[in-house]
Amino acid sequence: MINMTANIAGVHFKNPIIMASGTFGFGREYSKLYDVSLLGGISGKGLTLNPKAGNPGVRVYETASGMLNSVGLENPGVEAFIVKELPYWETLDTARLVNLGGNTLPDYVLGAELIQRDADARSAAGKPAVDMIELNISCPNVKEGGIAFGVKTPAAQEVVRAVRAATKLPLAVKLSPNAEDIAEMAEMCQEEGADAISLINTISGMKIDVRRRRSVFNNLYAGLSGPAIKPVALRMVHQVAKRVSIPVIGMGGITSATDIIEFIMAGATVIQVGTYNFMNLRAGSTLVEELQEFMIEENISSLEEIRGII
Amino acid sequence: MATVISNERLADGVYHLRVEGDYGGAMGQFYMLRAWGAFPLLSRPLSIHQVNDDGVEFLYHVVGEGTKILAELEPGDSLELEGPFGSGFPAVDGKVALVGGGIGIAPLYYCAQELPGSDIYLGFSREAFRTEAFRPLAAELTVNVGGLVLDSVDFSSYDHIFVCGPHPMLKAAQLKGRAAQAAGKGPKVYLSLENRMACGIGACLVCSVSCRDGQRKACADGPVFLADEVIFHD
Repeated sequence: MINMTANIAGVHFKNPIIMASGTFGFGREYSKLYDVSLLGGISGKGLTLNPKAGNPGVRVYETASGMLNSVGLENPGVEAFIVKELPYWETLDTARLVNLGGNTLPDYVLGAELIQRDADARSAAGKPAVDMIELNISCPNVKEGGIAFGVKTPAAQEVVRAVRAATKLPLAVKLSPNAEDIAEMAEMCQEEGADAISLINTISGMKIDVRRRRSVFNNLYAGLSGPAIKPVALRMVHQVAKRVSIPVIGMGGITSATDIIEFIMAGATVIQVGTYNFMNLRAGSTLVEELQEFMIEENISSLEEIRGII
Repeated sequence: MATVISNERLADGVYHLRVEGDYGGAMGQFYMLRAWGAFPLLSRPLSIHQVNDDGVEFLYHVVGEGTKILAELEPGDSLELEGPFGSGFPAVDGKVALVGGGIGIAPLYYCAQELPGSDIYLGFSREAFRTEAFRPLAAELTVNVGGLVLDSVDFSSYDHIFVCGPHPMLKAAQLKGRAAQAAGKGPKVYLSLENRMACGIGACLVCSVSCRDGQRKACADGPVFLADEVIFHD
């Protein structure tokens, strides 16, 4: 019998496969293609306190083995999410992660408070609620906030401390690979009471249209994701897992069961799948099946056996 | 996996792909096509050119790596199809004009079959293609090469006008529709947008469209929108 389960701060994951924020909506779209309850978890589309229209102009550009995106956190806002999406999430049998972004410190805090209040009400009514907040201090595509908080440790510390004080929910902090010192940043998050570290978000990148003599993106830079960033992500997961005692949620270019195993061997407790959802609309069901087969083939009975062995 | 029946070159960079299988879909909907492994990363959205008992057909223009690979497909080759996706053209009554520009004629062939007796306007910048296939389906067929086919369309004489083509053409169609409405004639103008997409199912928000009632998704809420709803930024 294969054991693919994992646990982070009391949140149970039936398998280590979580769909990454920004690539899975709130799960509804993919549920038309397969049963999303077979996933370990879903990290919903990144939310900000108020609705955001996102960035104008080109929002995606393919690169060698990767993809640049400049969506700019288009989202309905925390309140609309609670009203319109959470009732759907209640029907799912999978861990529910809310990805929370912000432009200012009060935005982050008010967003976390709203989610906490709703979780309290749902718990009191005996209904399933949000299982974890994934704090996004690393979106490279918003001009204010976002990456500004995610690069310098003191700025990030202020946000993590304030949000930690605003919610009792398990808190994962999603870090940017553009951070000045990723391991130091992760250590700070642990000291401030984070329950897990998610990494990595996209890497800041660029594409120039040489005929028009300008960047293809209105914001000049965009976020690189996909297989191209996997080696970087794996290295950072390894570095951070060695430095902190809280679980690491690893992501970056995962497209196969062996990619998942690499991240687990590097020290990740669970992983997230992002861009692969666009390459294979049934990525979730494909990977759950492949991982199970791989573990049987390699005689791995539990992910604990291989976690952090490198 | 689906199988290629034929993949015929019609003009410079323009191909007609026929795929075998039991495929459905409505006018203006699309499929995500993939005939490669991991790279390019994204599948390619192609509108339905025709659906029949043999399978589904697409008309596409080679613009990048993905469509270049599609152009190399031969009969018997395999490819992956996901779909049909999107919200297409509505089934309508009354006098209808179908207006296509370049590869934008692709979804209009299926519309012409579903709405027989429509007037059809096809415009091309350099070389016309597939026009003879449209002829038996049209009450009247107008073909324009090198000019602006929209100039031939009298917006005030139709109840519904379906438009698919390059961005400036869609914007011009919106303005012509408004002008006709202001003059007391009220054609409903529908535009099929050709936005970049990543997922094709409404999850990634890459294809977001600014509309009067907020941001909408070209892949899931469209690709067909009422012209008056769309806000063009350039």
